[in-house]
Amino acid sequence: MSKHTLSVLVENKPGVLARIAALFSRRGFNIDSLAVGETEYPDVSRMTVVVDVDELPLEQVTKQLNKLVEVLKVVELEPASAVQRQVMLIKVRADPATRSQVLEMVAMFRAKVVDVATDSLTIEATGTTDKLRALLEVLQPYGVKELVQSGIVAVGRGPRSITDRALRSA
Amino acid sequence: MVPSAPSPAQLAQQARARSPIEVTGAQSLVLSLEAMDVDTVFGIPGGAILPAYDPLLDSVKVRHILVRHEQGAGHAAEGYASATGRVGVCMATSGPGATNLVTPLADAHMDSVPIVAITGQVSSKAIGTDAFQEADIRGITMPITKHNYLVTNAADIPRVIAEAFHIASTGRPGPVLVDIAKDALQARTTFSWPPRFELPGYRPVARPHSKQIREAARLIAQAERPILYVGGGVIRARATEELHRLVELSRIPVVTTLMARGALPDSHPLHLGMPGMHGSVPAVTGLQKADLIIALGARFDDRVTGQLSTFAPEARVVHADIDPAEISKNRRADVPIVGDCKAVIADLIEAVDADNDAGRGGDYTEWRERVAGWKESFPLGYAEPEGGTLAPQYVLERLSAIAGPESIYVAGVGQHQMWAAQFVQYERPNAWLNSGGLGTMGYAVPAAMGAQVGEPHRTVWAVDGDGCFQMTNQELATCVINNIPIKVAIINNSSLGMVRQWQTLFYNERYSNTDLHTSVGSRVPDFVKLAEAYGCVGLRCERPEDVDATIRAAMDVTDRPVVVDFVVHRDAMVWPMVPAGVSNDAIQVARDTAPQWDREESEAVEQSLDPDHDGIPSGSHRI
Repeated sequence: MSKHTLSVLVENKPGVLARIAALFSRRGFNIDSLAVGETEYPDVSRMTVVVDVDELPLEQVTKQLNKLVEVLKVVELEPASAVQRQVMLIKVRADPATRSQVLEMVAMFRAKVVDVATDSLTIEATGTTDKLRALLEVLQPYGVKELVQSGIVAVGRGPRSITDRALRSA
Repeated sequence: MVPSAPSPAQLAQQARARSPIEVTGAQSLVLSLEAMDVDTVFGIPGGAILPAYDPLLDSVKVRHILVRHEQGAGHAAEGYASATGRVGVCMATSGPGATNLVTPLADAHMDSVPIVAITGQVSSKAIGTDAFQEADIRGITMPITKHNYLVTNAADIPRVIAEAFHIASTGRPGPVLVDIAKDALQARTTFSWPPRFELPGYRPVARPHSKQIREAARLIAQAERPILYVGGGVIRARATEELHRLVELSRIPVVTTLMARGALPDSHPLHLGMPGMHGSVPAVTGLQKADLIIALGARFDDRVTGQLSTFAPEARVVHADIDPAEISKNRRADVPIVGDCKAVIADLIEAVDADNDAGRGGDYTEWRERVAGWKESFPLGYAEPEGGTLAPQYVLERLSAIAGPESIYVAGVGQHQMWAAQFVQYERPNAWLNSGGLGTMGYAVPAAMGAQVGEPHRTVWAVDGDGCFQMTNQELATCVINNIPIKVAIINNSSLGMVRQWQTLFYNERYSNTDLHTSVGSRVPDFVKLAEAYGCVGLRCERPEDVDATIRAAMDVTDRPVVVDFVVHRDAMVWPMVPAGVSNDAIQVARDTAPQWDREESEAVEQSLDPDHDGIPSGSHRI
């Protein structure tokens, strides 16, 4: 199995997310990560779906997605030619004794402190999944009290836009 | 509605003048159905859909047929659609009315039947509050419809109805559900026709790619043992004339699946019959031995391929389908062709014709002789039961002979379905209706009703089992009252016959819960009396010598439905058979009996033959 990142352009209508999530579950495909948001066109939403499947089932995933009436376009983004980002919020234990060490890590990973309490820090970090995992690893020894992460969003490198092309062909 | 409301006909006249007219959402719905040329709606009213039933009463174009159960409405819409090729329509109220449509919707989804289901929904303000008769039917039917809608704004009704019919009938056909909130039906709105579509994500490909056609033609010309594997898509695409021409031109042998019976006349010499679990020996073997499979509107269903890894091991595959997701789903296609079968076959004819003219055409004489030999050696047959009891296969043979190819045959699911697929001679498309993919017991009576409404001048025979018939026979009341004179042949073996057959073969003849007591020991219910109670003619036939006279007596009744209780031999089994999950090479023509091949052929099959299937634990068999 290998991970594939799909950008799915859909009509921005109620129920579309349910339709896509249901499709994945009933066809037995595993979703690793899912992020949804409006695009530069308010009537179009973009879903970034990371699936864990082999090449052949991936073709089925794409075809099945394309069959949905509200799906406008499905594009696989190759890791080499796309930028992928994820946001993570980490509430970590940090008393006066350890706070400076934690802040050092935050600086090293170019993360930000967004909230401070007497014995904790809340850190916002953005990056690839690998970078965030590395940050989490170095924070783990101090004690992670709470962790929340977004789905992965991704965009292709270069001047071309899949939204443009999708809407032109529609 | 106020009593002085204009009639739908008056409203339609105004709407034709293109000026938007003031109506209620309910009137807008009925006008939209009229504009789509809907002549029949099968349904049952209830609270949430009630506003729509009021203007329906005034419609002179739309005939509403009040069924006895919403499942009957759904299957009737399917039967109407399958017999006529037009979109079938059913209607139900919210909650239980809508959930009763779930089975027919799933059935239509599996068999690509174009139907539109309209359901009432509770008022938009009450949605999500667990209101009386509320069910999230849009959510429930997402995986079993081609598309579905929830309408909460009356202004959307014409557009949604137009889109629903467009989606249901184009591309790969299928069911579309339109759920309309009660307040949207009651609201004031304007109606104008035609509405503007908003379907940017729906673009079915109809024209095949010329490069793929050329590649397919090249494989066809090179092949030595090609076979046409024809599925229901050819019938849905109305491509049977094109298929006939392709067969005449290429002289390639043909198999037609359960969904494609009648796509090529059974009498055609190159027709090898039905492939699959209960397929004919020449059809099953033809696929196994082929070096090229040309799949047209078929989907390599597990009931056709058997164990996928050993299916047609030497064959390259050309796979044409209008649904790209079917191609290479189960069996990898060497040449994928996305397109409507009518266009695909027309283009293939042109390409094959050009190859023939250029002297590059394939020569399959030897292969044709070989399959003709199988056809001769392994005709469909059955053992005469002992003691003068009735063989179910004989009933189907005689029904076919007497009712003829112009009749419509509608089957339920099980042994009787397989016998009807095998022993009725189909000579035209849309003469054979059944629940193929979902395997819905209870399909036959309501689907026959729908077919009869759509094709009033044809004789419609429902071929049903004693089990299936008890699931939906309430629609006989609908048939009697609405003058829909279907004929029902119950193949009564007093059992859930197919399950019993599996118990005989794989569960040591332990008959757990398959005895229905409908003829052996008792008649509960007595089908003749039941028929009479509904106002139908009830007949019974228990001896072979009475079969012809009984069928003729049933054919003579034209003013009301007829139910014939054919009491048949209980232990009759469906043969040939490939047990579930094993290779098609293991086909048996009777219990523990492999086909007797001549020497050369037997050497070819020996390696993969497993005559007693002892490698298969009985519990792992699935029906």
